[in-house]
Amino acid sequence: MKNEHLYNYILGIADNSLILGQRMGELCGHGPTLETDIACTNISLDLFGQVRSYFQYAAKIAGDGRTEDDIAMLRKERDYKNVLLAEQPNTNFAYTIGRQFLFDVYHLAFLAELQKSSDLTLSVIANKCIKEVSYHERFSSDWVKRLGDGTEESNQKMQEAINDLWTYTDELFHQTEADKVMVEEGIGVDVTKLKVNYYKSVSELLEEATLKTPESKWFQKGGKQGIHTEHLGYLLADLQFMQRAYPNMEW
Amino acid sequence: MSEEQIKNSWTEHSRSLEKEFDARIARDEKIEPKDWMPEKYRQTHIRQMSQHAHSEIVGMLPEGNWITRAPSLRRKVALLAKVQDEAGHGLYLYSATETLGISRDEMYEQLHTGKAKYSSIFNYPTLTWADMGAIGWLVDGAAIINQVPLCNTSYGPYARAMIRVCKEESFHQRQGYEIMMKLANGTPEQKEMAQDALNRWWWPSLMMLGPTDDKSVHTAQSMKWKLKRKTNDELRQQFIDQTVPQADLIGLTIPDPDLKWNEERGSYDFGEIDWDEFWQVVKGHGPMNKARMKARVDAWERGEWVRNAAMAHAEKKANRKQKQAV
Amino acid sequence: MSTKNWPLWEIFVRSKNGLEHRHCGSLHASDAEMALENARDVYTRRNEGVSIWVVESKHITASNPENNGELFEPAQDKVYRHPTFYDLPDEVKHM
Repeated sequence: MKNEHLYNYILGIADNSLILGQRMGELCGHGPTLETDIACTNISLDLFGQVRSYFQYAAKIAGDGRTEDDIAMLRKERDYKNVLLAEQPNTNFAYTIGRQFLFDVYHLAFLAELQKSSDLTLSVIANKCIKEVSYHERFSSDWVKRLGDGTEESNQKMQEAINDLWTYTDELFHQTEADKVMVEEGIGVDVTKLKVNYYKSVSELLEEATLKTPESKWFQKGGKQGIHTEHLGYLLADLQFMQRAYPNMEW
Repeated sequence: MSEEQIKNSWTEHSRSLEKEFDARIARDEKIEPKDWMPEKYRQTHIRQMSQHAHSEIVGMLPEGNWITRAPSLRRKVALLAKVQDEAGHGLYLYSATETLGISRDEMYEQLHTGKAKYSSIFNYPTLTWADMGAIGWLVDGAAIINQVPLCNTSYGPYARAMIRVCKEESFHQRQGYEIMMKLANGTPEQKEMAQDALNRWWWPSLMMLGPTDDKSVHTAQSMKWKLKRKTNDELRQQFIDQTVPQADLIGLTIPDPDLKWNEERGSYDFGEIDWDEFWQVVKGHGPMNKARMKARVDAWERGEWVRNAAMAHAEKKANRKQKQAV
Repeated sequence: MSTKNWPLWEIFVRSKNGLEHRHCGSLHASDAEMALENARDVYTRRNEGVSIWVVESKHITASNPENNGELFEPAQDKVYRHPTFYDLPDEVKHM
């Protein structure tokens, strides 16, 4: 492939939306109220829309006849490059909201930079996505505040979710090989530069939500290298089921 | 006046109100929430509208079952959007029902305790991807036949909700038929999957249009109030007549050996429906009744702390604002 | 703790600038901010709006249909409020 770094770079971005979209989609029909159910599905739909734009572009770059669906559903476990945060399960609504919030704050800052990419397609996609993600961030922040500042029970649950998910936040700011090359070429975003502001924004919001910012400095990583938590395998089993069970067919 | 006389004059009074009420409906006037209405009108509407809303919500489950496994991204977003619409439609219908003086939580309570019914078709399992096609094509097809006349029903909020629902649902049946068409034109394995889904969903879809006219208890009254414009049997015939050519077009076979075009009637004759099965499922003994209800109750119970938290936060916020203002 | 249900809100959507907000339905939310967000997610999924108003249902005061006679019927025979009440020569085409 001529443009392998760009291809890998796009997959790294898109896999986050793919896996998170899949997680949000699991909730459809099971939300705490109808209104919330509909809102979560909207987020899932936004994310899958983003995935399609990215993968269609990646397919064009690959130029080997693979489609967006081949890229989305026919890779091996180790070839998925999403951050570990995105694949964490919907243990309860606090985890769903916590995961979304911790990702949204990053995602928004990331897209703001990606808009400036010298790659026109990526910049256009970022420009469209940023409006969706601004809303996601508003939605998830509002819910963190509600749950944090709600009842004693909800405060505990929200705190527990934040504590558990915290260990996956540092990875958001790790650079891959593809990242480094893309930053050099003016295409990619230097994620290391987003870190300070990220933790600042997150802490401020947590404080407003009467929650404690975890102090742990032990972080998990590996998603960007395809070394995932055990949760991902099951998610992929669902995601890939049809394409694996009925190969080479059109749907 | 004696007690007897007072009672008589009251009966007289409500009889004349009811006469005027019936006349308004006959003139195609709409009834709005604060208008006087006979208690039976209110109760019947609460029953039918909440049942309709419950069907939308329970109806999310069999299709929701395939969201994570949809075979392509295009299919996945279409299915997500469709199931989400069902949540929206449930919401519109619950809201419309609330205008009759019952809360959504009370309606949920009735659903969760089995007091309220929902469409029995959702008590069948979705076993393969083709079931997404069959449901969209047949179940939504039958639902549309039921729903379009309701856009003109006499109760204003219900009619308005249905107009919105019908407008949004126009893509649902197409979505299903397109899935079926793609399968039917695909590999032999895909075609078999499509035929199998049609075989399993055909008869339940016919049952979905309700018991035969001679067994249907609510028809006469419902016709008068425009909750119904045609009888169950008429609707069923309409559904069959429009669906059979659609199956022919994509080369699938309706699983009914007695199905035959009747030149004289200009309609299809069709085989005997297994009403024992229908009543069994209605009474809670379908393959998925328990699982569907458990999924709904679980979602509601698991959401309780979330709903409480949001209310508690809203109250704290309002108090803080008030203090600031002082 | 006892459960307190989310109150009901009435939703008004302006479909595009230049048009008025129209009532499009209701929903439940714990407060005004959430009502706005829910309304966005529920009632503008198909690009139906550019502006949303939310009002808690209990704050709406409605006229009573029993008073419709005195409230609205007196306006029925005031035909002189309408242009068709007035005679004009045929030659005057637009007025």
